[in-house]
Amino acid sequence: MTVLQSAGRLLTGGGPRRDWLTGYLFASPFILGFLIFIAYPMLHSAWLIMFEWDPLREPEFAGFSNILKMLEDPKVNKSLFNSFFYTVIAVPVQLCISFTLALALSQPLWFRDYYRAAFYLPIIVPLVASAVVWQRVFHPEFGILNEALGWFGVDPIRWLFEPQLAKPAFIFMSFWAIGRQMVIFIAGLGNIPESLKEAASLDGANAFGRLRTVVLPLMTPLIFYNMVIATVNSFQTFIPAMIMTEGGPSDATLFVVLNIYRNAFQYGRMGYASTLAWELFLIIVGFTIMQFVISRRWVYYEEGGD
Amino acid sequence: MSVTQMPLKQPAAQAPRAAKPRRKLKERLWLAALQILITVLSVTFLVPTLWMVSSSLKVSTEVFAHPIVWIPRDPHWANYVTAFTGHLPLGSFIWNTVKIVVFAVLGTLLSSSLVAYSFARIDWPGKNFWFGLLLGTMMLPDIVTLVPRFILFRTIGWYDTFYPLIVPYWGAVMALYVFLIRQFFMGIPGELEDAAYIDGASRLRTLTQILMPLSKPVMATVAVFALLQHYNDFLNPLIYLKTMDKFPLAVGVKMFNDFEVQHWEIVFAVSTIMLAPILVLFIFAQRFFVQGITMTGFGGR
Repeated sequence: MTVLQSAGRLLTGGGPRRDWLTGYLFASPFILGFLIFIAYPMLHSAWLIMFEWDPLREPEFAGFSNILKMLEDPKVNKSLFNSFFYTVIAVPVQLCISFTLALALSQPLWFRDYYRAAFYLPIIVPLVASAVVWQRVFHPEFGILNEALGWFGVDPIRWLFEPQLAKPAFIFMSFWAIGRQMVIFIAGLGNIPESLKEAASLDGANAFGRLRTVVLPLMTPLIFYNMVIATVNSFQTFIPAMIMTEGGPSDATLFVVLNIYRNAFQYGRMGYASTLAWELFLIIVGFTIMQFVISRRWVYYEEGGD
Repeated sequence: MSVTQMPLKQPAAQAPRAAKPRRKLKERLWLAALQILITVLSVTFLVPTLWMVSSSLKVSTEVFAHPIVWIPRDPHWANYVTAFTGHLPLGSFIWNTVKIVVFAVLGTLLSSSLVAYSFARIDWPGKNFWFGLLLGTMMLPDIVTLVPRFILFRTIGWYDTFYPLIVPYWGAVMALYVFLIRQFFMGIPGELEDAAYIDGASRLRTLTQILMPLSKPVMATVAVFALLQHYNDFLNPLIYLKTMDKFPLAVGVKMFNDFEVQHWEIVFAVSTIMLAPILVLFIFAQRFFVQGITMTGFGGR
């Protein structure tokens, strides 16, 4: 083998070795995978924007009609509104809940590990199973949510059957699955140097003051990180809508990805679905860039400060 | 004023009891209140899952009873038998899931390790370009490539087969995993490999016999994540599979939900069956779940 012959030259004290054929060979799974399963489909997808294509017939050139149609399609606008509404309300509340839980579970409580496991458990329940269960949690007659509310004298609520209540129900359900954010916050809280908090105490800060002046600023990078991930995920909510409500009632839970799925695989509009997918992609990228720009104002980076 | 009394403490190993005698009364009351609050809240978080399991053991009349029957009088294990013997092929759903998950995870581990090795240990022209591309794909939502990928696989005759659910993952398309393994490889000193080279070992051998055994923690983390990803994958099988006998469990649960509308106990039983292996995995490999999340921020689902 060539490797054997040039072994002497290769010994560079553990640093990278110049060997470009082997390099490409080892990287070839990604290079091929990227070209076939990512780059080509993306280009094809962009190309499809210009076509009307029912998979049973030949593609027809459509120019910009897909884009024009998208801009005034009431279903598209409704789905965008639904996804925005869901994301903008669910994500901040999720962050508040998970951060508060992480703070509480960093206190010297008994059985802390058991509590952490309990709050984490919902994350490992497969999404399909949790959707099936929550569909029944929200059931007006036999669901446990209305049962629990009944203890406080609340009349049964038709959660998933009322257009005004379906999205709030979905948002409520999303609070159940904050274990991942919580674990990240707990790890971050554990990394805050005790000395900083001691210093704040010596300056006369009480628990709340220490939280505000020491803990929160040091945690902003993780809050930001969790926020970006949660936003991207919320925009792509699909399984609960597909299983619990099928987008109903009156399209109240028709989220963007569900709408794309329907156009592509139920209505056979491949070109139009590609157009919508690109729109979603640009929105997600735009949202993320916006979050990064705004983050400069509130996220504390160690390099910058001090 | 003693600093040990601060309510905000390192969550690192410290026994609550040890610090207790030095706490003030006010603080102890506050901690007791918090303890009660968290207990109630954590039980609340468990309720939907516990309700799922308990309802899977109810008879139909207990499922639709007022007030709610929390614990079935007599566990009705027959629901699980009915789930397997009904007209939906639950056994096939499970077997299909096993096949898809095993081959997809295997492909992910092998291809990601090869690529990670290339980025970590070999110096080749264009490496930085490809590494940049790799990182770039992390941001890319699957949905953008969904339609053309479907067209591609249908054109080459892979519609209604497992290939679209397995083959792409042999192409190291999950950038996050490649990145994690590469970071781990970078942290391993190269001297061992140098010694192996002198003994005439090839790169493939140093990778499989030196680096990979030393990288068990990151391999396990990636394996757990990839396993969860493919076990839970719903959209891809929904699109690529047509024949019911080929459905994995994730789509199977939806089938039960659609066709056994009247039988909540059966739907709950199938959901419990789907949760069980993950729960067992979690109990034995908890470390890798948490490690993975703190490393990446993803995980679960």
